[in-house]
Amino acid sequence: MTQFVPQLTNLFATMILMLSFAMISQRRIGNLINLFTLQGAALVAASVLVGYATAQPDLYVSAALTFVLKVVLIPWLLYRVIRRLNVRWDVETLINIPTTMLVGIGLVIFSFSLALPISRLSSSMASGSLGIALACVLLSFMMMITRSKAVPQVIGFLSMENGLIFAATAVTNGMPMIVEFGIALDVLVGVLILGVFMFQIREQFDSLDIHNLETLKED
Amino acid sequence: MSALGVVSQLLAIVAALLLAPLLTGWVNQWRARMQNKSAPPLLQPYRVLHKLFNKESVLAERASPLFRMTPYIVFGCMALASAIIPTLSTDLPLSSSADAIALVGLFALARMFISLAAMDVGTAFGTLGARREMLIGFLAEPALLMVLFCASLISRSTSLTTIVETLGHRELAIHPSLLVAGVAFTMVSLAENARVPVDNPETHLELTMIHEALILEYSGRHLALLEWAASLKLFAYSCVGLALFVPWGVAQADAPLALLLALPALILKLAIGGILLACIETLSAKMRIFRVPEFLATAFLLAVIGLLVNILLGV
Repeated sequence: MTQFVPQLTNLFATMILMLSFAMISQRRIGNLINLFTLQGAALVAASVLVGYATAQPDLYVSAALTFVLKVVLIPWLLYRVIRRLNVRWDVETLINIPTTMLVGIGLVIFSFSLALPISRLSSSMASGSLGIALACVLLSFMMMITRSKAVPQVIGFLSMENGLIFAATAVTNGMPMIVEFGIALDVLVGVLILGVFMFQIREQFDSLDIHNLETLKED
Repeated sequence: MSALGVVSQLLAIVAALLLAPLLTGWVNQWRARMQNKSAPPLLQPYRVLHKLFNKESVLAERASPLFRMTPYIVFGCMALASAIIPTLSTDLPLSSSADAIALVGLFALARMFISLAAMDVGTAFGTLGARREMLIGFLAEPALLMVLFCASLISRSTSLTTIVETLGHRELAIHPSLLVAGVAFTMVSLAENARVPVDNPETHLELTMIHEALILEYSGRHLALLEWAASLKLFAYSCVGLALFVPWGVAQADAPLALLLALPALILKLAIGGILLACIETLSAKMRIFRVPEFLATAFLLAVIGLLVNILLGV
């Protein structure tokens, strides 16, 4: 059984990467939230596995925290936001989706080739995961850049946070508990503030397009 | 080439020819049930084939010999394809002559001929269908190749029998790259078999049909052969999927007893796969034709990610 744990961790790492990539190619906001929820679930599974393999009970707490926040609370909040704002239409992208995906493949190759020499030096359990985590962070960055609406940008931000937490769990076997709690609280507060922010943008401009924020004064 | 090899090869071909319409009927039945329609009988595809084989075949006046040859070529391609895929046993004498790349080539040959034949008579629908088929085909082929290469990287061989032997009979290991490749393969096979997100196999609505537009001009035994070939293609794709992702239960060489168990295992796996296919078809809506390139590009790039993950994590 134990020889499968690193392989299973890699499996969930690949799942997180695949979901990041799927988010880039996704147009519908509802589907984006579902993919984000799945990604959170894969992250929880990966944390539990690393916790089991390295016998660190801290990681179980971290996994539970991730589950409550990323799989239950934040998707529910996001669904509420899109229902209240009535923004279930297709997401508009700044660059068309096939181009975005090609750039995404470039990012994956870049981060894999960057991480390959580093992971050879590392002795931690899932050292190959560093490249995958880096690729997830970069892909989410790109999603934030290429989407013009506020809700997908928030989802991109949260997915980037998933990638970072995964890097911390898999490569360094978890951060101190106090840091975990701090990050969890930050993310929750961040989502709440961004939610309020989205309502404000909507009230001001009748749209969630953040380009409206580029002009400082009303003409 | 052993006597057992010849027996298992013949058994594989006969099983493919006989089971393929059954699989189509099974998928149709489950899809009808899930959509709250009254389901057609399980043996309906056989009845259709029987009816069509007994009918006269009508040809257009200007039809060239190509039009008449195509059903036989397409059927031959699909039968050969299902002969080289290890469905029941990995001891297939024919399989050494054609590997995964040749398999993709066989599908491409069939596609080319059916598209040419559709354009041959000169009706508008045939040309429309042929163009759409080529649009989908040229994007689906590289994606399918990438998926097969993912498995080839693990087993260090492009031969399908070696892939199944490595994945199914060596020490059990979890290959993360196959997860991504599996998703990509599902997307490709939906597109290649004219299934719902890309094409609707039931409709003759001119704006949406692809596969039906290609065979619109055929009748009688020609149509029967093409329908049978379509069933065989679905069967072949399902078996490639099973060979790559669920290879357990396929008999090895020199194991005559395992061959007896392989058939029930195959039927069980196909039955579950058919229900899953009906689920996907029921749950997804047909997409616009111009979204199909994007859909297939996603499949291709996912398969590329599978290859990259394979390289990163090592085998």
